[in-house]
Amino acid sequence: MATNKTSTRRKARKTGKANGHATDKQIAGKSKLELINVSKSYGEDWEREEVLVNLDLEIQPGKLTAVVGPSGCGKSALVNLIAGFEHPDSGQVLLDGKPVTGPGRDRMVVFQESALIPWQTAYQNVIFGPQLRGDMSAAQMKEEADKLFETVGLVEFKHKYPLQLSGGMQRRAELARALINQPKVMIMDEPFRGLDAMSRELMQEFFLRIFEKNRRTNIFVTSEIEEAIFLADRLVVLSNKPTRVRSVIDIDLERPRTFEMLSSAKAYEYKREAMEILHEEALKNFKSSGSQSDFVEAFSARNE
Amino acid sequence: MTDAIQSAHDTTIVVAKRSKLRKLADNKTLWRGIASIILFILFWEVSSQSKVWFGIQVPFIGKVPPPSAVLENWVEVVQRPGYWQSWYLSFMRVFFGFIVAMIVGIPFGMALAVNRYFRDIFFPPFEVLRPIPPLAWVPASIIFWPTTELSIAFVTFLGAFFTIVINVLGGARTIDVQYLRAAQSMGASQWDLFRRIILPGTLPSIFTGAAVGMGITWEVVVAAEMISGGGQQSGGGLGFFIWSSYMGGSLAQVVVGMISIGIAGYFSSSMIRYIGYLFMPWRRIF
Ligand SMILES: Nc1ncnc2c1ncn2[C@@H]1O[C@H](COP(=O)(O)OP(=O)(O)OP(=O)(O)O)[C@@H](O)[C@H]1O
Ligand SMILES: [Mg+2]
Repeated sequence: MATNKTSTRRKARKTGKANGHATDKQIAGKSKLELINVSKSYGEDWEREEVLVNLDLEIQPGKLTAVVGPSGCGKSALVNLIAGFEHPDSGQVLLDGKPVTGPGRDRMVVFQESALIPWQTAYQNVIFGPQLRGDMSAAQMKEEADKLFETVGLVEFKHKYPLQLSGGMQRRAELARALINQPKVMIMDEPFRGLDAMSRELMQEFFLRIFEKNRRTNIFVTSEIEEAIFLADRLVVLSNKPTRVRSVIDIDLERPRTFEMLSSAKAYEYKREAMEILHEEALKNFKSSGSQSDFVEAFSARNE
Repeated sequence: MTDAIQSAHDTTIVVAKRSKLRKLADNKTLWRGIASIILFILFWEVSSQSKVWFGIQVPFIGKVPPPSAVLENWVEVVQRPGYWQSWYLSFMRVFFGFIVAMIVGIPFGMALAVNRYFRDIFFPPFEVLRPIPPLAWVPASIIFWPTTELSIAFVTFLGAFFTIVINVLGGARTIDVQYLRAAQSMGASQWDLFRRIILPGTLPSIFTGAAVGMGITWEVVVAAEMISGGGQQSGGGLGFFIWSSYMGGSLAQVVVGMISIGIAGYFSSSMIRYIGYLFMPWRRIF
């Protein structure tokens, strides 16, 4: 029975057309992540800062959900809650209906700053997870790792230390380290921040290829709207602090994606919509911070 | 066929060897270092020979024995077993104090770093004791410990201990939390976190602490030997060697003692650096 199921799924994946939405069959078996009424604040009582407030968010299975929001609005805080590094003050994070209680290999994070372990070579970093858990034989581990190094194009750099790799290579090694654990959900926190424009584009394309191949449920936090539109099935725009979901835009562009699609009218419309919301939120930030509000008012008066 | 391979192999070895020598010969830092030492010795020789510079009497430099006199004295001193005995004694004291400080200090610093309760209890008294200079412990130490040897060892230990602990603590507490989080996601246990992240992440600080601690240990040993070395039941050591040379009025021999300590200290810190190099391959890449 079970084998029957998987074989139909595999068939579906083969015949599934590469159009905008993943077919239901492609989604089958993928994990869903939900945040229900989640609140999180930081700091001691007398200077408590509410960061996330009653935030509801559904990360749909087999889709790439991009999250954008003003700087400092709590995107990394959101990532930490989903990954289980921190716990919400109230509300729930559910993975396939089960509450998340701590970090686990079913949710792998690629961090904003490189978190490759500096005293381990790229190879040692990649096999770190299976090695810790002891859930793969040595031969299997080596095979999987070699395959991944092939995928991320770092075969010659396998035995280099992280500091010997360029920024882009580090990101790819980190991707490989996450993928070997076969997570149900991939969580990316501004993974390409700090790369130069050229390697950033290469990384985006590269990352898309990986995603479009296995369609793993994916959360991709970024501060670049173009990047978000290029990669995502759904675009979640967060509000300013205290943060909640301000808007969700379905990105209905074909897959596999190409950079040309970004110059289509549709993509332009998505971009304009998201920019408008973000701009509003950014202005709110300005206004709420006292002395600067005069400046903003004066500025908008001049523009009228 | 095999011969050809063999000979090709031999040539590569020769080339490799030659290039290594070549590298050494091309090493500008090395040559500059040698040149500066020679220049320094020359300057010292000239200035201590001529007590009058440009018509002005130079009282200080005139009293320092020239390198030639120091060397002459040294040649004579190395034939005495007492000199080597001094080396041996000082080295034993330094290493004893240092090793005990490492053995006690590293786990203590780690415990302070990883356990909040341990830190709350032990950090305050540690911080009160830390600013006390090791030499201020000498009288108390002599009264407390039954032998002079033990009291020297104790003071030496203190000199390295505080530095090592504070470095280990600082190093372990500044490990990027992302490494710990990444490891946790992948299923690391507490013990895994300690062994694979915290310990290797603290190694650079441990070696920094060790290098600084080693320097302090030499300072302390020499001073402690000068203070207590004259007693009947113990004595000796390079510190005492300098002191007795001074009492005996041989200035050249004082300088011999000083340079000996310089060499001993250099040797000790080189050893620490080398061990650090072996332990931390990821830091060899630059
Ligand atoms: N551990 C913490 N302790 C105290 N305050 C925190 C902590 N983590 C986050 N914050 C606060 O929460 C807010 C959101 O931080 P967060 O890092 O999640 O923002 P972000 O959206 O990821 O920003 P960026 O775009 O710069 O990455 C900030 O105001 C920050 O000061
Ligand atoms: Mg962030």
